[in-house]
Amino acid sequence: MTCKKTYEEINEKIRRGEAVVVTAEEVIDVVAEKGYAKAAQEIDVVTTGTFGPMCSSGVFINFGHSKPRIRMQKVWLNGVEAYGGIAAVDAYLGATQVADNDPENKVYPGRFMYGGGHVIHDLVAGKEIRLEAISYGTDCYPNKKVDTVITLADVNEAFMFNPRNAYQNYNCAVNLGDKNIYTYMGVLKPRLGNAAYSTAGQLSPLFNDPHYRTTGIGTRIFLGGGVGYVAWNGTQHHPNVPRGENGVPMATAGTLSLIGDLKQMDPHWLVGLSYLGYGPTLAVGVGIPIPILDEEMLRYTAVKDEEIFCPVVDYHQGYPYGNHTDLGFVSFKDLKSGKVTINGQEVVTTPQSSYPRARQIAGILKAWIQAGQFELTQPVAALPGADSQIDFKSLPDRQPNGVLSMVRNRR
Amino acid sequence: MKNRVVLYFSAVQSEQPIIYQLIKNTDLIVNILKADINPQKEGYLVVELEGDKPHYEAGIKFLENLGVIVEPLSQTVVWHDELCIQCGACASFCPTQALSIERESMIVSFDNSRCVVCGMCLECCPTLAIKLHFELKEAV
Ligand code: SF4
Ligand code: SF4
Repeated sequence: MTCKKTYEEINEKIRRGEAVVVTAEEVIDVVAEKGYAKAAQEIDVVTTGTFGPMCSSGVFINFGHSKPRIRMQKVWLNGVEAYGGIAAVDAYLGATQVADNDPENKVYPGRFMYGGGHVIHDLVAGKEIRLEAISYGTDCYPNKKVDTVITLADVNEAFMFNPRNAYQNYNCAVNLGDKNIYTYMGVLKPRLGNAAYSTAGQLSPLFNDPHYRTTGIGTRIFLGGGVGYVAWNGTQHHPNVPRGENGVPMATAGTLSLIGDLKQMDPHWLVGLSYLGYGPTLAVGVGIPIPILDEEMLRYTAVKDEEIFCPVVDYHQGYPYGNHTDLGFVSFKDLKSGKVTINGQEVVTTPQSSYPRARQIAGILKAWIQAGQFELTQPVAALPGADSQIDFKSLPDRQPNGVLSMVRNRR
Repeated sequence: MKNRVVLYFSAVQSEQPIIYQLIKNTDLIVNILKADINPQKEGYLVVELEGDKPHYEAGIKFLENLGVIVEPLSQTVVWHDELCIQCGACASFCPTQALSIERESMIVSFDNSRCVVCGMCLECCPTLAIKLHFELKEAV
């Protein structure tokens, strides 16, 4: 490896407007034409993108104080509850929160017309939102009820803080049962009627940096149309899974926890979704720049759809009940073609994440960097890597009686 | 058989328990899909009627005898491009390729002329960008 660049050298080129930036799709063609070594010398940054449902997302909001003041115990935005168990006028609204008056799955499958993800979209779109809060009243916070209308511009702070985004690889979901099932992967038709997948493949951030060499805590990114940062590894970050020779995991692996100022974001890149029979959620746009520090990084970013494999998982018995059937793997190239072969059967594929929008995000990030508006950051700390010993834990099944009496005795 | 029809009511008819009688007299399964009655008590019901052929025909006759205007339902599917996020989920459910993905760009488009209004795409769209549009006349 002859070519080596530092973050500072790349940023210097970005400042001078001389950085060579390509998307994670374009890099594939550059490599085909020029080979790895030459491409690594020429290219400074590769941009990635993904846009799809990311349930583990939400926003922290500080509403400002009412007169008289209230310590908001329970909070609703357009009838969707936000978590108020933090300081007086702070709350966290989660993407999958169901509206209080939603009929849920009582008429199965429920439609879930409006939930947390939709409120986030409406907030970012600058729409007026009804804010209701109740409390029991204290000497310092005497008010017991607030019912007003706010917009994003009215609140003090609003920042998106997503516990788990940008999954590195995801299951391809099928249904081995004999009736329709309604999941967070969409409608799955019986007897292998379709195969749903949710990843941007060769454009997806963590497929292009499979060992988290340049993506770590503090990495500056595109988030929801604004600038955000990697805050931590995401929940369920499980990097120590089987990987191909190219380092790409063969199962759900790394995840990222992301943070960014909601006030800079754009409703086009944060869209509320309604999954039939499952619930509301939010489609989030994420783009991560990858500095080409050396030829190794370039090789990672040149990964192609045909080199990325997703495990096929049955959502009838396998995923919900843990009675797994081995259904093998399918390549992202085949998934994107519209048909895959599973158990010798040809199956139509149903995408959940938007490839056209992933491509747009990589393009926008590229333009930001080319315009000198967006510099790269060296991670403050690395994420746990493929050699870490992380157990993927399940919930213990224990009798709570003893614990309950302990809690009571503490009073 | 199963069929979807629009029933146009006048004020007199909307005050009678027509649907109750329809079910009771003809044994049809009646599923109300959409209803609108204006303040003058005129309006329409979009219903799905299910039953064997003699019952179905008796049901239609019963309604017509009461002066209810029965018309076949004409519906169209409307695709709201501005709400669509181009995920492509709908295209995999569409039996006629009215909704289809151009594989190179992965861009979804809708060709109304190929749509047979089967309704398969409506449920799977997470942005509710595909809607069923009932074509209705002014209430009589
Ligand atoms: S209604 Fe049926 S035919 Fe028409 S676009 Fe939807 S799935 Fe295709
Ligand atoms: S399912 Fe809905 S959002 Fe997705 S491509 Fe079809 S119309 Fe667009």
